[in-house]
Amino acid sequence: MTGLEFWTYFFLILTFGIYIFIAWRSRVKETKEFYVASQGVPTIANGAAVAADWMSAASFIGMAGMIAFLGSDGSVYLMGWTGGYVLLALLLAPYLRKWGKFTVPEFVGDRYNDTVRVVAAICAIVISFTYVVGQMTGGGVVFARFLGLDPQWAVVACAAVIFFYAVLGGMKGITYTQVAQYVVLITAYLIPAVAVSQHLGNFPIPQVTYGRILEELDGLRTDFGLHEFTDAFAGRAGGQLDVFLVTLSLMLGTAGLPHVIIRFYTTKTVRGARFSAFWALFFISLLYLTAPAVGAFTKLNLLQGAQGSTEDDLPAWIAPWQEAGSVELNTTGEITSVSNVPGEADLVVSNDILVLASPEISGLPAPIVGLMAAGGMAAALSTAAGLLLVISSAASHDIYFRMIAKEKASEARQMNVGRIAMAVAVVIAILAGLNPPAFVAQVVAFAFGLAASTFFPILMLGIFWKKANATGAAAGMLTGLIFSGGYMIYTLELFGTPANDHILGISPEGIGPIGALLNFVITIVISNLTRPPSEEVQEMVESIRYPAKQQLEAAGKE
Amino acid sequence: MSDVAHENSSSDAPPEDNGWRQRYWKKNLRLMIVLLAIWFTVSFGFGILLIEPLNNIVILGFPLGLWFAQQGSIYTFVILILVYALWMDRIDDEFGVSERDKNGGRQ
Repeated sequence: MTGLEFWTYFFLILTFGIYIFIAWRSRVKETKEFYVASQGVPTIANGAAVAADWMSAASFIGMAGMIAFLGSDGSVYLMGWTGGYVLLALLLAPYLRKWGKFTVPEFVGDRYNDTVRVVAAICAIVISFTYVVGQMTGGGVVFARFLGLDPQWAVVACAAVIFFYAVLGGMKGITYTQVAQYVVLITAYLIPAVAVSQHLGNFPIPQVTYGRILEELDGLRTDFGLHEFTDAFAGRAGGQLDVFLVTLSLMLGTAGLPHVIIRFYTTKTVRGARFSAFWALFFISLLYLTAPAVGAFTKLNLLQGAQGSTEDDLPAWIAPWQEAGSVELNTTGEITSVSNVPGEADLVVSNDILVLASPEISGLPAPIVGLMAAGGMAAALSTAAGLLLVISSAASHDIYFRMIAKEKASEARQMNVGRIAMAVAVVIAILAGLNPPAFVAQVVAFAFGLAASTFFPILMLGIFWKKANATGAAAGMLTGLIFSGGYMIYTLELFGTPANDHILGISPEGIGPIGALLNFVITIVISNLTRPPSEEVQEMVESIRYPAKQQLEAAGKE
Repeated sequence: MSDVAHENSSSDAPPEDNGWRQRYWKKNLRLMIVLLAIWFTVSFGFGILLIEPLNNIVILGFPLGLWFAQQGSIYTFVILILVYALWMDRIDDEFGVSERDKNGGRQ
């Protein structure tokens, strides 16, 4: 066993042991605990759990790599995946918490009607499912490289751990495990970033060193046939309009994704939901503010290492990644171009490995590399567990309990159905992770566009406009779904259809805001033409605006 | 005229007069609109629409537009949410709708 393998096993076994211990301590017996952790999660802990839930294998493993190649336009992910929390905190979270139910489809069902509930439950399952498969394959990358394991066994190992603590502990187990996972993943992300920053710029704060190396990086990138890192709108073909729309799509999608919203149901109070959103974004920002620096540092180190190298004297970190299939060498002479697109350059490096390889590229010692692997696993596991809970709750609570059993099932029976739904979801995720359908990777990116054009408008109107009714919401959601889904199918090779040119340079990732706008317009027009919701529903909408009943002495003072 | 109408409605209203509800909601909406305007200006304004002119200004190695797009906007988002949560505490207290436990302590 090499030093690297030893440290990888050491950190993985240690962290997995901690997760399972926490899950055992917080195992649950009731549905309220299973779905919303009895609404007793302290604010800061909930914030950390949301952050771990949010930062997936893609954020941890993939994002800095994408920024390294996209340069300035990597901002679409940085702003898109954080700015949505402002919308969530101001427009949705406190009110949905006041409503105080278990799931997102449940709010929609109570506010509009059962048809909209079923549509929402199915959307929640589909969106969450495509996401889970991404986490499974992300975990596979880590195992395949660091332990030399067959990726298939890696996926099964991942799923077994998640299965154990998600089924046992439900939301409560998942939440407290995620707090531990956040600590692991942020430590694993920051330590190498600080070390590399010190090494490159003699200063330990990556966010500062980042600025100092930009000029050198721009020069090197030009030498290797890439656009300048600081050049705005060079990374995306659609230019400024596309960058604008993709950013907005990711923001609206973030605010509409069920696995994020559901976390604000677990706080004690409405105030707790507001502060949870703050802590969540604070914890997320620690990684997101570091990611562009990590991307730039790794790119600089990579290009410096590649400069003047030939096949015979490659930097040492390349060989193992080449074996794992993530690096491709297309020249026998000196390396003169670098890219992330297979076949396009002398040295091709996959986006997905830049972060995991950054300690090696910068020559950091084996324990740090091992910690990185544990961090990547923590990111994949925490997100997968949160998503499995959404799938389980949508299937067992919204579809089974509310629609099939007509709310007559006993507490024990509901728990069993919830656990069985979770188990089935894990098994399907393993099968899909072992043999990922080709469209999954694309669909994950588009889940945001679909969430933006379906969920966000009807949630927002449901809270802020009393007259929004079921007919309007159903029509609005369908319009958003058909329009955005239609554009994605039109521009991409999905389901065997030919890909057409982008209209006005708008990429399929950026169609979400336009779908959302249509959804808003249709919902408002149809609601105005049809009968407003009942007095009862309107009074419910009124009541979620105020965190608590008015206290008499304070009212007198007013 | 309007004064009379107002008096009538408030004397007809049940003991828990609901006029405060509108004032509370209006304050909440006003705060929301101000914060969302800042949200839009910093991210979409500075980070996307004005990124090219701002990139001509370089501070500590960062072209300013790039800094807003990859760093400044995220700092702003965190602060906006904190300001909202703290400000809403004040508005909740002013109208007596904050969540209290049995001893009157904040929950």
